Amino acid sequence: MDFQLSDDQRALRTGMRELLAGRFDRDRMRAALDGGGGVGGALWLELGAAGLFALRLPETAGGVGLGLPESVLVFDEVGRCLLPGPLIATQLAAAAVKGAAEGEAVVALAEAGRPVGHLAAADALLVLDGDSARVLSGGALRRLVGAAEPVRSLDPGTPLWRVPGLAGYESEPLPDGARLRREGALLTAAEQLGSAARSLEAAVQHAGEREQFGAPIGSFQAVKHLCAGMLVRAETARSAVYAAAVTEDPVEIAGAKLLADEAAVGNARDCLQVHGGMGFTWEADVHLHLKRAWLRAGQWLTAADAEEALAADLG
Amino acid sequence: MDLSYTEEEEAFRARLREWLGSVLPGLPAKPDPGDWPGRRAYDAGWQRLLYDAGYAGLHWPADAGGRGATPTQHLIFLEETERAGAPYVGANFVGLLHAGPTIAAEGTAEQRARWLPPVLRGDEIWCQGFSEPEAGSDLASLRTRAVRDGDDYVVSGSKIWTSHAEVADWCELLVRTDTQAPKHRGISWLAMRMDAPGVTVRPLRTLAGSTEFAEMFLDEVRVPVSHRVGAENDGWRVTMVTLSFERGTAFVGEVVACRRTLDALAAEARRSGRWDDAVLRRRLGRLNAEFRALWRLTQWNVSEAQASGGVPGVGGSVFKLRYSHARQELYEAAAEVLGAGDALDLDREWVLDRLSSLSYTIAAGTSQIQHNIVAERILGLPKGR
Repeated sequence: MDFQLSDDQRALRTGMRELLAGRFDRDRMRAALDGGGGVGGALWLELGAAGLFALRLPETAGGVGLGLPESVLVFDEVGRCLLPGPLIATQLAAAAVKGAAEGEAVVALAEAGRPVGHLAAADALLVLDGDSARVLSGGALRRLVGAAEPVRSLDPGTPLWRVPGLAGYESEPLPDGARLRREGALLTAAEQLGSAARSLEAAVQHAGEREQFGAPIGSFQAVKHLCAGMLVRAETARSAVYAAAVTEDPVEIAGAKLLADEAAVGNARDCLQVHGGMGFTWEADVHLHLKRAWLRAGQWLTAADAEEALAADLG
Repeated sequence: MDLSYTEEEEAFRARLREWLGSVLPGLPAKPDPGDWPGRRAYDAGWQRLLYDAGYAGLHWPADAGGRGATPTQHLIFLEETERAGAPYVGANFVGLLHAGPTIAAEGTAEQRARWLPPVLRGDEIWCQGFSEPEAGSDLASLRTRAVRDGDDYVVSGSKIWTSHAEVADWCELLVRTDTQAPKHRGISWLAMRMDAPGVTVRPLRTLAGSTEFAEMFLDEVRVPVSHRVGAENDGWRVTMVTLSFERGTAFVGEVVACRRTLDALAAEARRSGRWDDAVLRRRLGRLNAEFRALWRLTQWNVSEAQASGGVPGVGGSVFKLRYSHARQELYEAAAEVLGAGDALDLDREWVLDRLSSLSYTIAAGTSQIQHNIVAERILGLPKGR
């Protein structure tokens, strides 16, 4: 048992972090938000060229041939920098949708009863309904878009649409919808992890710089304990997410999603608290992490469903 | 990231499982919690069985009489013994997990030869004389004094929260040997015989009604200078070695135990019909995520220690913080499973455990102190005032 990152995994993580720092730094992130928060076509192509969407396709099919643990490390970085767009749905549907692996097509996620993100930018929709999955594209997708109503989205990085229903559109069934849902939940948990870690870093940095009463606020126990609690949340969730990526066990994935949602939301809230009044402004990034964390918590596997799955495993 | 075990590790697990299966049915009945001599005999007997089978001091270095097992093997050992319902380390806790490893790391050849084998055999029991009424979490403020007199130190003062003091043979004692030095600097680590003249032990009653620990009064107790481990006034550093062991590995087996308890709670809730309450059911589901994650965190920390080849790191504080609160939540859930009437009945299972769990956020460094450690040593936040 060696439950640590291998050298290759470390290199992949570092490479991804550097790539994203170069392609999507804070200025680009802010510019994307000011521009309406949609998917950037050029960026999407760059991510495709870097292999993000083909990461798990076999090399024989032109993919990178890596596994779920590597995907988790990559989406950890994605979550850290608030990269927008349905990246997980696109990676999961890369084998089924033409052009998705290369970043030439955007695959958005649609779940029954929930708003659909990035619908206008989508070339295809991955439709999840319980444990069944299908892909909707072409004329069917255009008709669905025509029936959709834009939502004033809570998350400025994710434009949302309400669709009247997902039934009645011709579509392509996908095998193993239950597995897609599990993997989507796990990769979303990885994004939450990145977000939780980023919120912690921001809080620690602010607490070390901001002075009040003649001392950095990070020297006050009340602030210290908030920050320490953030680390505990993030590291506990990290162990759960990494282990679930290795075992691919459904119950473990449910636990990982539950704890990672909690870490991302909890850390963003505490980060806001550490930032004080500044944390409540639009200029601080704290609210962006919190809003995205709330959005992700409602995708793929909700807390209630995760808790029921974890309960069913007991006794 | 690899969670699979090697063939060698699986073989180790299989042998251990077989041995546990052969030896556990023959164990005597568990003694009454209030019967200290009985508890000592029971725990020492279990240690002797481990010793004879070659499992004593598994993770101790081979040159200290241990088996030099890898951290992974140690993890397997704790997992399997707990799963089989084997006795806890009990009265051997301090000897095996604190004093022993400290002597192994810091003691002279003579000291190791004198003190380590009896710990492994279960012949001698140790207790811990660290905390004082005025120095709990702020351990460096301790005031028990040791004054050099020829080949002895003459020790006077008092200690508190000393588990197993009533039946211990030895005490790992922290004393102040230099009253002028800054408070971390003037401390020494001594091995004191508990039957030495001038040692008085007075049991303390816990809120659970038991006598888990004691006060200890030291009135001009003579301790040979040769019983000092490490250099004079270097006891603080020696102690930090001890505490990192405590925070790193001491609670590993208990995570397995908590997972077993959680399963039992769910089974009881299903039997009693309380399972139909979605709020309770989901609460138990959440605890399942919690203890699964704590087990993975344990594996992560053990792998990290194995990779760095040494003493467990500060990651132990992260574990301890999360675990001690999760344990309390587990027994809060147990009270809900039992229901308002049974949760007040001390003879019902889990009710005493609920009370005992209250100590977890206090013992071995309170949660507040652990938060400070995490904030300052891991996150690098400035020292407080």
